[in-house]
Amino acid sequence: MIWRFLARRTVALLATLLVASVVIYGGLFLAPGDPATLLVGGGKPPNPQLLAEIHRQYHLDDPFYAQYWRWLTGMLHGDAGQSLSYHDQVSHLITARIGTTALLIGYATVLIVLFGVSAGVVAGLRGGRTATAVTAATTTLMAVPTFVSAVLLIWLFAVRLNWLPAYGNGTGLADQLTHLTLPAIALAVSWLAYVAQVTRSAVDGEQRAEHVQTARSRGIPERLVVRKHILRNASGPILSVAGVAVAGLIAGCSVVEQTFGLNGVGALLIQSAAKQDLAVVQALALLTVVAFAVVNTLVDLATAALDHRVPVGGAA
Amino acid sequence: MTSYQLASVVGRRARAARLRRLLRGKLVLVAAGAVVALVVLAAVFAPLIAPYDPNAVDPMAVSQGSSAAHWLGTDDTGRDIASRLLHGARPSLLAPLVVTVGAGLVGTALAVAAAWLGGWWDRAITAVLDVVFGFPGLVLAVVGAAVFGAGLKIAVLTLTIAYLPYVARVVRGSALKERNLPYVAALRMLGLGGGRIVLRHVVPNLLPLVLVQTATAFGYTLLDVAAFSFIGLGAQPPTAEWGLMVAQGAPGILAGAPQESLYAGLAIVVFVVACSLLGAGLSQRLTGGER
Amino acid sequence: MTTATVPLLEFDSLRVTLPLGGTQRTVIHRVDLALAAGSAVGLVGESGSGKSLTARSVLGLLPEGARIEGDVRFDGASVPAMRQAELRTLRSRHAAMVFQDPRTHINPLRTVGDFLTEALVSVRREPRAQAEAKVVALLREVHVADAERRMRQRPSELSGGLLQRVMIASALAVEPRLLLADEPTTALDVTTQAEVMAIIDEARENRGLTLLFITHDLALAAAVCDRIAVMYAGHLVEELPARRLVGDAAHRYTRALLASRPDPTVPDARLRAVDGRPLSAFEAGPGCPFAPRCAAAQELCHRERPEPRAVADGRAACHFPHAVDPQAVDLDAVDPHAADTERTAR
Repeated sequence: MIWRFLARRTVALLATLLVASVVIYGGLFLAPGDPATLLVGGGKPPNPQLLAEIHRQYHLDDPFYAQYWRWLTGMLHGDAGQSLSYHDQVSHLITARIGTTALLIGYATVLIVLFGVSAGVVAGLRGGRTATAVTAATTTLMAVPTFVSAVLLIWLFAVRLNWLPAYGNGTGLADQLTHLTLPAIALAVSWLAYVAQVTRSAVDGEQRAEHVQTARSRGIPERLVVRKHILRNASGPILSVAGVAVAGLIAGCSVVEQTFGLNGVGALLIQSAAKQDLAVVQALALLTVVAFAVVNTLVDLATAALDHRVPVGGAA
Repeated sequence: MTSYQLASVVGRRARAARLRRLLRGKLVLVAAGAVVALVVLAAVFAPLIAPYDPNAVDPMAVSQGSSAAHWLGTDDTGRDIASRLLHGARPSLLAPLVVTVGAGLVGTALAVAAAWLGGWWDRAITAVLDVVFGFPGLVLAVVGAAVFGAGLKIAVLTLTIAYLPYVARVVRGSALKERNLPYVAALRMLGLGGGRIVLRHVVPNLLPLVLVQTATAFGYTLLDVAAFSFIGLGAQPPTAEWGLMVAQGAPGILAGAPQESLYAGLAIVVFVVACSLLGAGLSQRLTGGER
Repeated sequence: MTTATVPLLEFDSLRVTLPLGGTQRTVIHRVDLALAAGSAVGLVGESGSGKSLTARSVLGLLPEGARIEGDVRFDGASVPAMRQAELRTLRSRHAAMVFQDPRTHINPLRTVGDFLTEALVSVRREPRAQAEAKVVALLREVHVADAERRMRQRPSELSGGLLQRVMIASALAVEPRLLLADEPTTALDVTTQAEVMAIIDEARENRGLTLLFITHDLALAAAVCDRIAVMYAGHLVEELPARRLVGDAAHRYTRALLASRPDPTVPDARLRAVDGRPLSAFEAGPGCPFAPRCAAAQELCHRERPEPRAVADGRAACHFPHAVDPQAVDLDAVDPHAADTERTAR
């Protein structure tokens, strides 16, 4: 049963990725005119020699499926082609930057779990004014888009208070973490608020559940009621929403890296898109979709493991 | 239902419930409605009420703070921030409006088609929507910008596609229920054609739901459009647009002139909060409380 | 049975108010009731009569914000006055509750074994193996076949009737002196109902338990209990020995319930409702709460709340009890229009 579930989810994941890769690669051919002009990039008037060279190098005269297949197998081997604007291998560009992005997402995830989940749990358990305060705060925070909170954080903590650096990566782990603090907060804050709200609601719901009343009626100490019944049963939804949040962080890190001048793959994605550097955009778009889908699948699996009632036979 | 959807449903419900509590007393609702109405009026009448031309540079008044001449100060080329905010309301509101209306229309059409035709049609449409759901909206927009060049139009188009599944999933569920209601069978027995039943009866019955869906989504699409403009893949300079203004004002923050970024950011946040409060209030009205 | 030493459980003018819609509303007006050790009392009433809350007050399980007047005493000790630790001891050693719907009242994510042994292991600090052996034996006692396998299953894998037996076993596991059963068979189908009821009855016999049985089914209560207490709109309106029920019931509400009993020749016939809408406790006016639905109500009934008075072998809170006392007015002879005009006048 569990193996069938795993197999189904894996097949669904691969199918999604396959379609996504076709869309991402096929996008190139949607563009008006000769794809080669796009690959040259920028607004430069392309010279015919260069175009011919590109046609040869990218096998642009082959049928679409052959080109696509060459690209996909290349990607799977870690060969994502050449960036025309950076004059470098795309794989080099990515490996040089992915560490920063991973650290940023990791940092933001820790913030979400530490503060978002605990704020939600406390609000859910205590109710009353605590819940109202948490709700009011999180409702406001959720309306603040990442780029606005980034700007506000820079203004407040870097300019007015001068506590933390606003730009750049830093060197060495400690310095890097200091540099990543404001970006991580900016990235995490609206998701943190969302996770806090869902957590509060899940904990509150379990708290009122009849089985919790049963546990209380049997004289189980409150701390065990909280741990083994309320939190245990609320952990499924909390994990789900935390997974959604991490997936959201993957999509959101571009904005933050761009704002804080971080040298990560997110900023690379935006800059390459602006320069219409398609090889980089295709590789990173695929990478993002893979990360997004993998996180979602992992969270679904973990949720199913936590709560056997989640139908494991269900389609994706 | 995957846990992803589950969580988003739980989240939405939690949010709606909490917002509903905040709505106790209609004061908040009225205030939110007033803010939204004011911003919309400002967008419509921007040329009449804006004190300056939004693109008129003034080298003599660069990066100024608030003054009698420039209420909200000027940006780094001496353009009046208040005038730019007023004019900026136009693309900032219009673009997400096009996205929500577009996603609402096409999403509903797809959903009703899937539910009504059933079978392979249903499976195919649902599968396509699932794939779109797997794309983060930003990736879609980035690919779009890379292929067609950055601009507000392409951002609107890609966002519309990204929002389709959110509308279609909810509507499809209701359309399925609607299709199985006895009145549909009754109309069929009266000899009415499928298209007529769908357009005259099914779609009108789904309308409140679609309205609620799109109204709630509007605030979020506004945030997304602003974010695209902020990273340079939406509205292009010298257009006055809120997200773009936040980005253009960002260098000023370090230089001690944060007004452009802060006011533009504030405009976005206030308007979105007002929208979501209003949306929650409307959904309560339209669906009769519980949802 | 009526050998009166200190009763094991005693409600002494219990009154409970709850915060509802901003104001404190009365949900239990007055309950006086004593359960001698080893006795079985059926607390009967329609939904909203306060019978469930009355049972919950025994374990200190009232909702947040509840205010209690009067007293509930377990073995002489006041429950509302208990501190948390004492309350835990009461719940984990002396009194146990069987809830209406085992499906929602048992944590769906944990195994049946976890549920059964939880109180023993975490509160009483019994070794797990010992606790498991004990509950497996108990499962057999309540006629659960294949007990070891059941221990490893989740609630969703068990039928409702089986799950209710698990709930009963878990209540018996703490070897309580008092068993509170809150509509234990309502959520089950009819054949399972009879089995579960038989198990409760058997456990009570074997262990000398005191039972407070909450139900809306007067006939069922009369079949398994020694005494019957009837609640209406937050008031305990009558209390009497079960075997005297048909002959001696004096309160007009009890009589109405008896009159609406299903015909025993019709299987599966449910209790037919008494005419009129049942009143919630907080809607009760100054008079007798049953007066608006009572065919025999007089002007006095609407004006003044009747005090519980000794009638035959029990008590009834009724101004004009059903003719048990030969001195009482024969209400059936009273001009029915008098009551009608009174009602329309209100």
